[in-house]
Amino acid sequence: MAKLTYIKAITDGLDVVLGEDPKTLIFGEDVGKNGGVFRTTEGLQDKYGEDRVFDTPLAESGILGLSIGLAATGWRPIPEIQFMGFTFEAVDSIGGQMARNRFRFSGKRAMPITIRTPFGGGTHTAEMHADNLENYFVGTPGLRVVTPSNPYDAKGMIISAVENNDPVLFMENLKLYRSMKDEIPEGKYTVPLDTAKVVKEGTDLTIVAYSAEVNEALKTAEKLEKENISVEVIDLRSLSPIDTDTIFKSVEKTHKVVVVQEAQKMAGVGAQVASEIAEHAIMNLDAPIGRVAAPDSVYPWAQVENDWLPNADDIEEKAREILNY
Amino acid sequence: MAKKTGQTIDFASIKAKMSDPYKKPLQVVDETGKIVNQELFDSFSDEELVDFMKKMVWERALHEQTMNFSRQGRLGFYAPTFGEEASEMGSVSAFTDKDWLFPAYRDLPQLIQHGASVTQGFLWSKGNAVGDDYGDTRAWFPQIIIGAQYVEAAGAALGLKKNGEKDAVAFTYTGDGGTSQGDFYEGINFASSFQAPAVFMVQNNGWAISVPRKTQTAAETLAQKGVASGVPGVQVDGMDVLAVYIATKEAREFAAAGNGPALVETLTYRFGAHSSAGDDPSRYRTKEEEKPWFDADPLIRMRKVLTDKGLWSQEQEDKLVEEYKNDFKASMKEAENTPTQSVVDMLKTTFEEPTPQVKADIARFEAKESK
Repeated sequence: MAKLTYIKAITDGLDVVLGEDPKTLIFGEDVGKNGGVFRTTEGLQDKYGEDRVFDTPLAESGILGLSIGLAATGWRPIPEIQFMGFTFEAVDSIGGQMARNRFRFSGKRAMPITIRTPFGGGTHTAEMHADNLENYFVGTPGLRVVTPSNPYDAKGMIISAVENNDPVLFMENLKLYRSMKDEIPEGKYTVPLDTAKVVKEGTDLTIVAYSAEVNEALKTAEKLEKENISVEVIDLRSLSPIDTDTIFKSVEKTHKVVVVQEAQKMAGVGAQVASEIAEHAIMNLDAPIGRVAAPDSVYPWAQVENDWLPNADDIEEKAREILNY
Repeated sequence: MAKKTGQTIDFASIKAKMSDPYKKPLQVVDETGKIVNQELFDSFSDEELVDFMKKMVWERALHEQTMNFSRQGRLGFYAPTFGEEASEMGSVSAFTDKDWLFPAYRDLPQLIQHGASVTQGFLWSKGNAVGDDYGDTRAWFPQIIIGAQYVEAAGAALGLKKNGEKDAVAFTYTGDGGTSQGDFYEGINFASSFQAPAVFMVQNNGWAISVPRKTQTAAETLAQKGVASGVPGVQVDGMDVLAVYIATKEAREFAAAGNGPALVETLTYRFGAHSSAGDDPSRYRTKEEEKPWFDADPLIRMRKVLTDKGLWSQEQEDKLVEEYKNDFKASMKEAENTPTQSVVDMLKTTFEEPTPQVKADIARFEAKESK
């Protein structure tokens, strides 16, 4: 066991899959000698060679199109899109191509591609570097969208993602990269790609969140705990599919729910969670479903970023509103 | 600011000369049936010459029969190949079953020559994904998103190189319109950067639905588009099956030998409409424009050459066409007897392990579809 940051936990997971499966390949912009602009792939080219870990020309559609052709010829690609905002350049490769190919080939051919991409606010990046674009991708049949909220899950989930035989969009939170550490077991372990996790048990209110907002939700839960309000916090981990069973079980217990996301509010993950609860578990509710999300503007530039991002105070305000309903 | 400007670099001259190396399309037999390159012509055996003609007759018969089926309402989307027989059969004949094909929607004849069945072609058109189940044949499905096949072919070429496969390439097709896509450039550039064995075919048939070739680019040739990414390109008379074959074969040999990708632009013409549904070329092009291209029909010149050599007769051709069409009718029967896909089939092939939401949909549609 070693204490590792979120980013080093991912590096460790990539090391495991490269070591286990000689058909795995890591490629993208700056991932080779430079080890990635955040150093996520640091040391991997030295260890596994330039054939397995390599830089590409600067073109996102090319990177993901390359992944499809490599998968066709027997490889297991792990491309990196340097920032999630850049996936706009490659939407066809994801939604038009790799996610549909299992169907196109009647289930006979697989696209075992894991697209790693950093996202998330609060680090004052340039424009288009922090956007939460999951809302664009969760409605893509054939594509899994996952995002870990802590280093332990990050390593276990990257290994599961690479081993999965369908395309996985693996979202890595920029703010979490170096802000938290966990005890990480050495070698291989996996964390399932399709189950949410109850990260804190409680009986009065359920907060459903994912990625960095899980930490904000936990802050709120701790604060309310001092007033003897017991809050259950669920980390979705998988944004598509959504593990509704874990959510329904919690709502059955607490009867109140607040759904939190860092992304803008319109038609996304939080809306889907709320609608699943409304459709299947509304009789268990004692109050309306509360939602916390970013305003429906474009992702803000750095100076207003911290005012725009939903934080523990916003979650607390909404939680009290729902608790006092 | 320098006092004298506009005299240091002669941009006008650079522009004027850019296309120079690409403007002599390779030709073996001209549109009148005259052999213009005897040495190249003599490199083909009689048997090979007849084989090329047979393939073109097959493709034209396939087109005609497909249009009939289409008019009878027995098919879905179909992109006519009429006029492009030399470009398609000449090029595909240069590849082997070790090569990976990434076709676009007008490339069904090459896909079939490469290993798919005619029945599968019909099933694809009818909207049954069984038509894309090629087994071990190294072929991708007919791409609809123009340009996507180029970046994917680059990936397959890199995959072949990493697999250490010798004498194997990835090859792909697009049209003149396709060369305007970002993916066109990304595809040739990625393949070139990795020196991967890819052959990029551009079938310049003059029209992207109603938009003429000259609107796509001010570049005089499409072959020269390779230059910026270090990919050698060549123009070839796309109505001359022998010229297309030679250029493609040599492009393949170049790529397979580890020299990186190559690009071949075939100058051809879409005799018919863009697709079998609704497009009317008379809205955007004139009979005057069409006439010389119809005269350049790839079958006319080859028919003359072979007839002159005593290797071909109209009677023989008519008999072949009838045989082919009977085969196509049998394939259509087979396609029509193939079970229709169900929504459950689709759901089951969305993920390897259906997600809970997909499982719920499967249950819903199993109940619905078993009624």
